[in-house]
Amino acid sequence: MAKLTTIKEAISLIKDSATVMVGGFLSCGAPDKLIEELAAQNVKNLTMISNDTSFPNVDKGKLIVNKQVKKLITSHIGTNPETGRQMAAGELEVELTPMGSLMERIRAKGAGLGGVLTPTGIGTTIADGKKVYELDNKKYLFEKPISADFALIYGTKVDKFGNIAYFGTTRNCNTVMATAADTVIVQADEIVDCLDPNEVVVPGLFVDYIVSAKEETLAEKTLEASVSGEASSKKAGV
Amino acid sequence: MVVQEGIMAETTSKEGLSKEKIREIIAKRAAKEFKEGDVVTLGIGLPTEVTKYLPENMNVMFQSENGLLGVGKDQTGDDTDPRVINAGGGFVEIKKGACFYDSQMAFIMMRGGHIDATVLGALQADSEGNLANWSIPGKFTPGMGGAMDLVVGAKKVIVVMEHTSKGESKIVERCNLPLTASREVNLIITERCVFRVDLGKNTDSTGVLASKTAEFSENTALTGGLILEEINPMFSLEDIKACTSASFRVSENLKEMEI
Repeated sequence: MAKLTTIKEAISLIKDSATVMVGGFLSCGAPDKLIEELAAQNVKNLTMISNDTSFPNVDKGKLIVNKQVKKLITSHIGTNPETGRQMAAGELEVELTPMGSLMERIRAKGAGLGGVLTPTGIGTTIADGKKVYELDNKKYLFEKPISADFALIYGTKVDKFGNIAYFGTTRNCNTVMATAADTVIVQADEIVDCLDPNEVVVPGLFVDYIVSAKEETLAEKTLEASVSGEASSKKAGV
Repeated sequence: MVVQEGIMAETTSKEGLSKEKIREIIAKRAAKEFKEGDVVTLGIGLPTEVTKYLPENMNVMFQSENGLLGVGKDQTGDDTDPRVINAGGGFVEIKKGACFYDSQMAFIMMRGGHIDATVLGALQADSEGNLANWSIPGKFTPGMGGAMDLVVGAKKVIVVMEHTSKGESKIVERCNLPLTASREVNLIITERCVFRVDLGKNTDSTGVLASKTAEFSENTALTGGLILEEINPMFSLEDIKACTSASFRVSENLKEMEI
């Protein structure tokens, strides 16, 4: 079951050369506090899998500016000139992947599949060096699954069972990343005792650690008390 | 982040059309492609301007790859919520009937053939329906984002761009820039004209090429290529021929482009 912990302790699990998925579409739904701590602990030689690299010195962009990433698998780097600079200088290896293929490759790992057949990229440089299958007169590119040691994801509301609910467009790639990493850490805007099961977007079984985005304003003890306090008294209201 | 706008940079064309006027002509024309109830995904930049010219009472749902079907107006002021954005990262309102979803669902919609039309900018488009809009070798490439999936999956792919860049035709016989997708473009709209792309696919209901089925006949022969459907009255057919490096046929129903 998911364990409530501090941002510092959760991030200290991540060692140099780890592969880390990071959720968020630009800054929307990015686990900014977890990323901040990863930057503070200065873990190096990371392989990062993310939709984008946000902006310089903003969430995911900090890890780039801080030169903590040696390899990046992503769909778009246009919002962060530093990513492009490091790529051009040969300091950072970048694998650009169509966004839909990136998501399906992550899903393939999470779903226990051996890969994905997609029409995306056929006839383009994305197909270079990849197997092409023709099925019913249509060509498909074989794309391999992507896994990670860690997934750092965001949740608007998370309950102590690890169940996650989202507001607005924050869910983006957080949901699929939750399924594909060995250790999943979720940063919650709000931690509640128990979510309405109808609200849950990511089932709690995928989540290993829960941290509060507001922990700097809360004593750790208070947080733990508030989570465990009424745990058994409330039923999962529908 | 669906796609970069491509080169839309020059200020005023030789014909004296201002950049603003060029964008207006293109966006107005593209807006006519939608019909009531369509679900449409727009690229960033010029394609987004299409929303300005939709008829007031027409209900078109705009889909965004970051997880919103029913994108509304840009939201400004103090009550913006950073938790509701469009694919360009801007804060937006949501329309009645809107819904949120994750990235997987976004691409089930986009790649899976559930989007009625997409409007995208381009660096080049060619007579085979190929599109190049994500990369220029030797220059910084921002990445394709969701553009490759979208172009492959959308039912109708509409390319909007200036006719020329630095005097060079952007409508070419064969793209020499890296492709976004092969043989997927249906319509090319510039400030000077509208080309329909005959993809020669003649697909049946299951998407199988007619040419590969027993029903294939002379009547469905794969002609292919560009067909000039409309001309901006400010230009002549000769003008279009002179500024278009791709070969094309002229439609029997050639019309004036409404500008």
